[in-house]
Amino acid sequence: MRIDCPHCGPRDRREFSYRGAVLPLPEPGAADEAWFAHVYLRDNPAGPIEEYWQHEGGCRAWLVATRDTISHRIHAVRAAAAR
Amino acid sequence: MRYSLRRVLWEGLRGQSGWKPAWREPEKRDSYDVVIVGGGGHGLATAYYLAREQGISNVAVLERSRLGLGNVGRNTTIIRSNYLLPGNIPFYEHSLKLWEGLEQEINYNAMVSQRGVLNLFHSDGQRDAFARRGNAMRLAGVDAELLGAAEVKAMAPLLAMENTRFPILGGLLQRRGGTVRHDAVAWGYARAADARGVDILQNCEVTGIRVEGGRAVGVGTTRGPIRAGKIGLACAGRSSQVAAMAGLRLPIESHVLQAFVSEGLKPLIDCVVTFGAGHFYISQSDKGGLVFGGNIDGYNSYAARGNLPLVEEVAEEAMAVMPRLGRLRVLRSWGGIMDMTMDGSPIIDRTPVEGLYLNAGWCYGGFKATPASGWCFAYTIAQGRPHALNAALSLDRFATGALVDEAGTGAQPNHH
Ligand SMILES: Cc1cc2nc3c(=O)[nH]c(=O)nc-3n(C[C@H](O)[C@H](O)[C@H](O)COP(=O)(O)OP(=O)(O)OC[C@H]3O[C@@H](n4cnc5c(N)ncnc54)[C@H](O)[C@@H]3O)c2cc1C
Ligand SMILES: [Zn+2]
Repeated sequence: MRIDCPHCGPRDRREFSYRGAVLPLPEPGAADEAWFAHVYLRDNPAGPIEEYWQHEGGCRAWLVATRDTISHRIHAVRAAAAR
Repeated sequence: MRYSLRRVLWEGLRGQSGWKPAWREPEKRDSYDVVIVGGGGHGLATAYYLAREQGISNVAVLERSRLGLGNVGRNTTIIRSNYLLPGNIPFYEHSLKLWEGLEQEINYNAMVSQRGVLNLFHSDGQRDAFARRGNAMRLAGVDAELLGAAEVKAMAPLLAMENTRFPILGGLLQRRGGTVRHDAVAWGYARAADARGVDILQNCEVTGIRVEGGRAVGVGTTRGPIRAGKIGLACAGRSSQVAAMAGLRLPIESHVLQAFVSEGLKPLIDCVVTFGAGHFYISQSDKGGLVFGGNIDGYNSYAARGNLPLVEEVAEEAMAVMPRLGRLRVLRSWGGIMDMTMDGSPIIDRTPVEGLYLNAGWCYGGFKATPASGWCFAYTIAQGRPHALNAALSLDRFATGALVDEAGTGAQPNHH
């Protein structure tokens, strides 16, 4: 598995740390249920998922990869800051 | 048909012509009192204990492929009850006690071998942590012994005691832990459940859960619809997807865990050894192969295969703890899909949908739990409430904050 870092180019998976699914952050004053769902509940899809990977062994940027959980194929990578 | 030494001899004399299939291939019926989704170890054990302990035998187990092809046939076969937290210890000890009587009870040789599980420690801090765990176990009536370096060396002479980075200072030993032939557990429970009237329906994938007025009343399957008084889900790595059919979102991520087996060798390691400075465990099968594994790969996955970085990590750990393994050839490696929860502990409970029950979140430690999981899930389904043994393993603990987090790493499934 290789991840194509927008800053560094394609690099080995070993350079990256997995940081979990990209989830919308509730509003600061949102109800407990919204925060509970954010922290604990997951869609856990079989198929494409948007997730954070941090290029720890490289530029240290947080990236958003769209990866297929069945084939492990990575379809797209962008910098997390580039919303 | 009862299995016995006399039967083996008798069949030997008449050309093995009298053996019968261990379970039936029944026709699907339209309706059952209880439908169990998932014919892995947990689903089959649940069906067996429903019939045996709860007196409910109008039960079907629905399996999307064939029995034994899921995690029950992919794990590294280790059983133990060396847990730390009050919510876990009695449950896993109940499981170990059930293992101890299982083969006689179901008349099936599952090769339960209490060869001992030895957890090595490599620092003073880790010794303290293991001593604490051992004390917690002993307070709960579970066997545990803290060994020094000399005792460990005598027990497992292959270990690299003097490794500069990770010297072995001792180990926590549970003598009653060990290994069990995993496939035989699926087959044995299937045969025992079938003998009590349970229908095992293979190649029967559940594609939908029918909910009417907040109550689960049946399932849609690739072999047609089935009505059910109650439905129990035991789908291991697929739990999120099957639960979503009833509109539930679970505190679970699916991850891949790999395992490895070496070429066959003469007897070399006579217990289960785990390396405490990383995550590595090894034992020797009765066929002679060394069976070993390590961590999950660390990212969500529904592929029953992993990637090379983890293979490298496992090999490094093997070399750190038993350098002599370096000359061995690995015969096979494979992966299984783990339902990792947010606190690393499983869930056996009711759900917000009436009549729908959940058995999930076994992470990479669910094989040892198979008997107690089936026993407690059968109780929970039949009585409509959890048994004291699985009361802490509730679905709402994530909302209430009563987590059962053995590793203490928080809501990050890939760290448990
Ligand atoms: C490599 C590896 C090593 C492991 N090592 C150990 C160990 O040493 N000790 C230990 O205690 N645990 C270990 N485990 C964990 C253990 O194997 C699992 O936690 C346990 O087997 C899960 O329960 P099960 O047997 O019911 O799962 P499974 O056998 O996976 O059963 C679930 C079943 O549900 C079926 N299913 C899914 N969706 C549907 C559907 N829609 N309709 C119908 N059926 C469906 C699947 O086909 C599957 O057969 C290991 C796991 C792996 C992968
Ligand atoms: Zn980079």
